[in-house]
Amino acid sequence: MSITKVRSLLPAGTHYLSGNEAVAEGALAAGCRYYAGYPITPSSEIMERMADRRGEAGGVFAQMEDEIASICSVIGSVWAGARAMTATSGPGFSLMQEAVGYAALTETPLVIADIQRAGPGTGQATRVGSGDHMQARWGSHGDYQVISYSPWSVQEMYDLTIEAFNQADRFRVPVLLMGEEAVGHLREQVNVPPEVTLVHREKRAGAAPFGDTGPDGVPPMPSFGEGENLLVTGSTHDARGFRRTDDPEVHERLVSRINEKILNARSRIVRTEAHHLEDARLAVVAYGFTARSALYAVRRLRKDGLRVGLMRLQTVWPFAEQEIRELGRAVDRILVPEMNRGQVAGEVIKAADCEVVPFGQTNGEIIHPDRIAEQIRRLL
Amino acid sequence: MARDLEARLRTGVQATPFCPGCGHGILMNLILRALDASGIPMEEMLFVSGIGCAAWIPSPHFKGDTLHTLHGRAIPFATGAKLFNPALRTLVISGDGDLASIGGNHLIHAARRNTDLTVICANNRIYGMTGGQAAPTSPRGTRTATTNRGNPHRPFDLCKLVLAAGAAYVARYAVTQPLALMEGIRRALEREGFSFLEVLSPCPTQFGRRNRFESPAEMLQSLMERCVTREEAGRMGDEELAERIVTGEFT
Ligand SMILES: Cc1ncc(C[n+]2csc(CCOP(=O)(O)OP(=O)(O)O)c2C)c(N)n1
Repeated sequence: MSITKVRSLLPAGTHYLSGNEAVAEGALAAGCRYYAGYPITPSSEIMERMADRRGEAGGVFAQMEDEIASICSVIGSVWAGARAMTATSGPGFSLMQEAVGYAALTETPLVIADIQRAGPGTGQATRVGSGDHMQARWGSHGDYQVISYSPWSVQEMYDLTIEAFNQADRFRVPVLLMGEEAVGHLREQVNVPPEVTLVHREKRAGAAPFGDTGPDGVPPMPSFGEGENLLVTGSTHDARGFRRTDDPEVHERLVSRINEKILNARSRIVRTEAHHLEDARLAVVAYGFTARSALYAVRRLRKDGLRVGLMRLQTVWPFAEQEIRELGRAVDRILVPEMNRGQVAGEVIKAADCEVVPFGQTNGEIIHPDRIAEQIRRLL
Repeated sequence: MARDLEARLRTGVQATPFCPGCGHGILMNLILRALDASGIPMEEMLFVSGIGCAAWIPSPHFKGDTLHTLHGRAIPFATGAKLFNPALRTLVISGDGDLASIGGNHLIHAARRNTDLTVICANNRIYGMTGGQAAPTSPRGTRTATTNRGNPHRPFDLCKLVLAAGAAYVARYAVTQPLALMEGIRRALEREGFSFLEVLSPCPTQFGRRNRFESPAEMLQSLMERCVTREEAGRMGDEELAERIVTGEFT
């Protein structure tokens, strides 16, 4: 792993962008030089911005025939040396799942932005939802890990996209930016710093690309064309990439490593933010756009003297088990509002010893602060 | 010459996994000979394959960069690598089920975009690896694991399909035409843009035993009898042509 500082592509200062534009700008700032995608609402502005900006940034923009081709071409480009991404929404994210598992097993760093809409099925294409978190975690077959972010503002669409690229390279893992329609189409000010810090995948000539790991469990990653005679396969493989499809030990070792390299690094990956939790008896746990409504409700109720606070999850996967366990010891109850039927609440229930109350809304609209305030009042 | 080719094989890899009589080994040999004849060093090559017996031709045998991908997806993986690093001479090698069924959409779109890739489709006209089910290339009447009374559907003419989609180079040969096939591979590799080579390769294990071929040799014999050049085909009537496979370049 090496770290460099580069000048930001946008001029430093304040910009007024939509969330989707901010994802594209964050990606370019992070050194993304291969983008492939297929149009889908509400994510298409990411692709359009990438196409528009290719001239200034350089690199490749490819509009592919479908989402499967998009993510597969992203993986190909990453092995050719690129930092690369694709963006989509629910139906396209579903199509990509086989390749997400391939990327996890081949330890291919890449970023997928899933700007979530109301599902299942074609659902409500232009309306907001947050129903893809379990798919993000378990969408492909077999046991693997991903890292996922849940931005709540346009600023975070920019910042967390940069972090997504860095973490992908640091851990050689697919990283998911789980935006929601509401933040993808929101316009806000974004502060762009003059410099961006980039973390690069480690290179070590001659090292085994699937086995020569340090204590962090992450092997160095060469690219095609460097004379390494790479053997990359999505079948079970040994440290040098030879297929070992009937060896129980090789399989166990590989699957354990790709899981543990992420789980053991939780303290360097998980991001949470505490708001007004010092004296709280009730905590709201929220993420993404819902956390904005939750914070608004919490602040208003505190003015009325209610002892309520918010823990915001900036990452959903790997799950903030320890933080939630500690929170569960400090408060009497946890309320989990979310734009799905309790996907993250289930994880909170697993981690916290206190009472956990799920509050799901799946009507294609953001959860209004009044509805969260009403739930809090009922519980306090 | 044969020993010269050993430098193009990955150290430590021994026997191929192919069944006795499988045509994929002949194709593997001819790909290496064509690379040798063209003087292309393995360091410049990227070999991309999907899933199936044919996808094992380059991986792990070839001593170059190899990318063994998902079933049907070799072309998009190759597209990403090639677009990002155009210096990689990118050769896709996969089966007919892989490239023409599950991956059929990628095949025609890569041809339409004229992406600078060479694609070799090892066509055994059946799903070899999964146990001999019908492929979109199985001739009408073929007995397979899923059509035990004979395949009711027409097969794709892959060359016509890819040609119509806009490929820069399209040709078909059988492994029973080694010299012409090797020359075809060489020309496909040297042509800029999307080159497609369909290679007929017998599968005695899955196709032969269900369709009354007594031995691998009989399958090869039948392939030799049925393959005709475009010139020979031009002199034949429809009835005579019905049982033939027209080989040669179509661009
Ligand atoms: C998504 C997916 N579906 C199905 C399979 C199972 N599968 C593996 S190989 C194969 C067919 C191989 O046939 P072909 O591409 O013609 O190659 P051959 O083995 O005949 O050389 C299938 C269906 C798979 N690996 N992935």
